[in-house]
Amino acid sequence: MSATATPVTAAASDDLRFRYAVHLGDTSLILAQRLGEWVGHAPALEEDLALANIALDLLGQARHLLSYAGEIEGKGRSEDDLAFLRDPSDFGNLALVEQPNVDFGHTIVRQFLIDAWQLELFERLQSSVEPRFAELAAKALKETRYHYRFSSGWMVRLGDGTEESHQRVQAGLDALWKFTNELFAPGAVDEEAAAAGLGPDPASLRAAWLANVEPVLAEATLKKPADVSYRWFGKRNQHGEHLSHLLAEMQFMQRTYPGMQW
Amino acid sequence: MDQASANHAGNRAADRFVAPAEREVWRVLADVPDPEIPVLSVVELGIIRHVRIADDGRVTVGVSPTYTGCPATEVIARSIESRLQAEGYERPKVETVLSPAWSSDWLTESGRAKLKEYGIAPPAQSVSNVKHLFREPKVACPRCSSTQTAKVSEFGSTPCKASYRCSSCLEPFEYFKCI
Repeated sequence: MSATATPVTAAASDDLRFRYAVHLGDTSLILAQRLGEWVGHAPALEEDLALANIALDLLGQARHLLSYAGEIEGKGRSEDDLAFLRDPSDFGNLALVEQPNVDFGHTIVRQFLIDAWQLELFERLQSSVEPRFAELAAKALKETRYHYRFSSGWMVRLGDGTEESHQRVQAGLDALWKFTNELFAPGAVDEEAAAAGLGPDPASLRAAWLANVEPVLAEATLKKPADVSYRWFGKRNQHGEHLSHLLAEMQFMQRTYPGMQW
Repeated sequence: MDQASANHAGNRAADRFVAPAEREVWRVLADVPDPEIPVLSVVELGIIRHVRIADDGRVTVGVSPTYTGCPATEVIARSIESRLQAEGYERPKVETVLSPAWSSDWLTESGRAKLKEYGIAPPAQSVSNVKHLFREPKVACPRCSSTQTAKVSEFGSTPCKASYRCSSCLEPFEYFKCI
């Protein structure tokens, strides 16, 4: 549990609950979809299963969060409506999770950076004033510990592995590091949510996140990239072209055959 | 019966505290298999959290998912409903209980024994100490009981299992993860 709770300065409106649930739910959903792209393509069967399992946990989180968002919105939208029928500009996921897989090294780096963040997010989200967030956080935290153990293990194996694996995972780290400052940046829905006691203050997660990241980078003989000042703002629904391509594939069936069921 | 007594008791349910009508529902549930590991009942898996019977006789069963995205969760809900209907209960309802989160500690003793017999190594340690989650447990081969085993992957064919290999009898096997 966090030592100091963020002081609650505002009541959580239904609109804020909706947007915060969508931000968290979309982050899990989009990462799940990215990991799902590996199914049938991972370097080994075990890793194929591992990435699919992690995707499944993330999808479970997304289902709970988007169902809740639909309920609180009160317009009769289901988790499926929210996942399959919104446009990119309605998605509140972090920019980091929509970045393409590129190779196994990039995928592991992206997963590791997010796992290290989710560990702290879910730890603190357990104290949310909204029980639906707190309950999900307690459940997801247990799963995230497994994800982190998996991704940090691979960070070390690849980083401290062959010349090629080191070079690939360092390239992934160099390419993705610039998206991590969004995780802690103020000025978006998570900061509003913190003021209302719905979730942790994003900036307050940074020190603990670094403590999860830096020792692993050191053991993996990887070099931490320099921070950049520019901020991507997926959580303000601002996305690059990657999200549109991802959604085009994910939403194709429901867009083409509305109401279709398996 | 409610969480306090059900959580840790599973099918050893502190019977004295359970009303006969509810005990009857628990008996029916003890015959509902887990779809992925059919040797285990949903009661032995420790996912049944409460049984409530309303004044009109309608039964509500609280079920915890083992993992948030486990696809078996919906199959389990349907099989509980249809089994209760077959036993004459009208419009039984299954509700999802997320909190407190399910733990592999809630597998019953008989559940652990059946897992091993089925060829799946049961969870090697309690998760009540969170540090265990970060340490590698010693997992015994369900076939030859050797502890000379190696983890092949943290993940397996279902969310609840990891893949292992026995260095003594050389057989691969699955391990039910601690969570």
